[in-house]
Amino acid sequence: MKFRGKAFTFGDDIDTDAIIPARYLNTWEASELAKHCMEDADPTFVSRMSPGDIIVGGKNFGCGSSREHAPIAIKASGISCVIASSFARIFYRNSFNMGLTIFELDEALEKIEDGDIVEVDASTGEIRNITRGNTYLSRPIPQFMQKLVSDGGLLEHIKKRGSI
Amino acid sequence: MGRTIAEKILAAHTSVENFSEGDIIKVDIDLALANDITAPVAIHAFRSKGFNTVNDPGKIVFVLDHFTPNKDIESAQQCKLVREFAKEHGIKGLFEGGEAGIEHALLPEKGLVVPGDLVIGADSHTCTYGALGAFSTGIGSTDFAAALVTSQAWLRVPESMKFTFKGELQKWVGGKDLILYLIGDIGVDGALYRVLEIDGPAIASLDMSNRLTMTNMAIEAGAKAGIIAADGVTEFYASQRSNRSYTVYRSDPDAHYVAVKEYDCSNIEPQIAFPHLPENTRGISEVGEILLDQVFIGSCTNGRIEDLRLAAHIMRNQKVSKGLRCIIIPATPGVYMEALKEGLLEIFMEAGAVIGPPTCGPCLGGHMGILADGEKALSTTNRNFVGRMGHPGSEVYLANPAVAAASAITGKISSPEEVFS
Repeated sequence: MKFRGKAFTFGDDIDTDAIIPARYLNTWEASELAKHCMEDADPTFVSRMSPGDIIVGGKNFGCGSSREHAPIAIKASGISCVIASSFARIFYRNSFNMGLTIFELDEALEKIEDGDIVEVDASTGEIRNITRGNTYLSRPIPQFMQKLVSDGGLLEHIKKRGSI
Repeated sequence: MGRTIAEKILAAHTSVENFSEGDIIKVDIDLALANDITAPVAIHAFRSKGFNTVNDPGKIVFVLDHFTPNKDIESAQQCKLVREFAKEHGIKGLFEGGEAGIEHALLPEKGLVVPGDLVIGADSHTCTYGALGAFSTGIGSTDFAAALVTSQAWLRVPESMKFTFKGELQKWVGGKDLILYLIGDIGVDGALYRVLEIDGPAIASLDMSNRLTMTNMAIEAGAKAGIIAADGVTEFYASQRSNRSYTVYRSDPDAHYVAVKEYDCSNIEPQIAFPHLPENTRGISEVGEILLDQVFIGSCTNGRIEDLRLAAHIMRNQKVSKGLRCIIIPATPGVYMEALKEGLLEIFMEAGAVIGPPTCGPCLGGHMGILADGEKALSTTNRNFVGRMGHPGSEVYLANPAVAAASAITGKISSPEEVFS
């Protein structure tokens, strides 16, 4: 699968309170959560982004709370994938478990600037910055996580194989 | 090669024989926890994928603690959903109303976690139970749904880091200051994906409450788990609360650590984490004058009876500064009752503090103490991210309960020494 979209960059240590503030956690409806995606990091984000666009972060993206509402809000907003130098571990596993596509790319914020057009080949992990004409390779995804992705998330994986 | 405590607990819960750091393994869990925010997402996923059987209802615990007593209709609906699901599947471990306390204070108090356990929880501060010599880690709602179905979880075998605390603790310094100091040293991703193993003579001298405060904040350094090996203090605590048999694990002398650090506690003064990250720490002597609008004493980090005793010791016969709101929330009904019997609540009310029912409430900007734009709060909680306790334009400073109580009296961030002198 290939993704192509405009990059929206955020800094280091973007926490899940910034991705989806706790004041909106009185619902599990994805469409409701999507309305407030990234609100405390950039209140204009939802109005400026288009389906297919890509979030780019620095280190430790998704730190803090375990709320799966964070990857749910991002996915439901129409963002195609998230690229970051590193992910906080609960956000990382949540994304694979529920089906948000994410890529780890060293020094992501130096390779991609806000507004750049980026193309990602999910099967090879190749990330092309179309605006700047550079191509990078994201960090390999462990085999187990690849299986989760191809099965359609953790619960589909369990249905298909009978166990984790 | 020897093994760490974390590796030994994982080995006791998996059928994989020879695993190495970085491997992904399937583990059997002893307990899975979710709350009124994370359980609804899991229940929705469970049902929408067509599952209808909970593998082992005895291993499931729901604590309705975040937006309770229900703060609005939507929150009430979420609690109702969890309550009905628990009933439908014969899950007896449902804590709500007068039985509900903040999950990570409640579970240890009720003896639901013992040394050697493997616990997962759909709440990032599940790492708290590491103070009991257990392996416990925060996971998401889909993981929790998978645990409902299978009583298992997938885990990447983490590397361990060891932090040894030596020397004598300074006056007014507790577990909160030691863990803030550690996070200030290694940063909010300093232990990413790893286990923080904490030991040393200074830790051996800490009571269970202060140890729980330390492992509670392991996640604030990005860690998967924080672990303190069980000792006499732990075994006494666990045996008073649980009849379950338990296993005490210790790391082998030749166990592998990716980093080993040592801190001298005689150099650590009370710590304050400045906005907007827990790593922005300073010693209390380097803070300067910061006027406050609110002080909050409570949460899974510092809402236990020992924390309230410390705060009451400082607030006795004192008054909360005019114009400052001081909110105190005992973490569990048990803590509340004990504070009542010991006369602590009377001290707080005489001082002019507001006392709330057990709830996570203001810690995550839920309810019962939300901040307005531009307001500054000192809080005994664990996070000071942008907007964490309310308006994105508000600021949160983190500290221990003694500093919080003193600051409530002076109206600005203060050492307890200022109140006593």
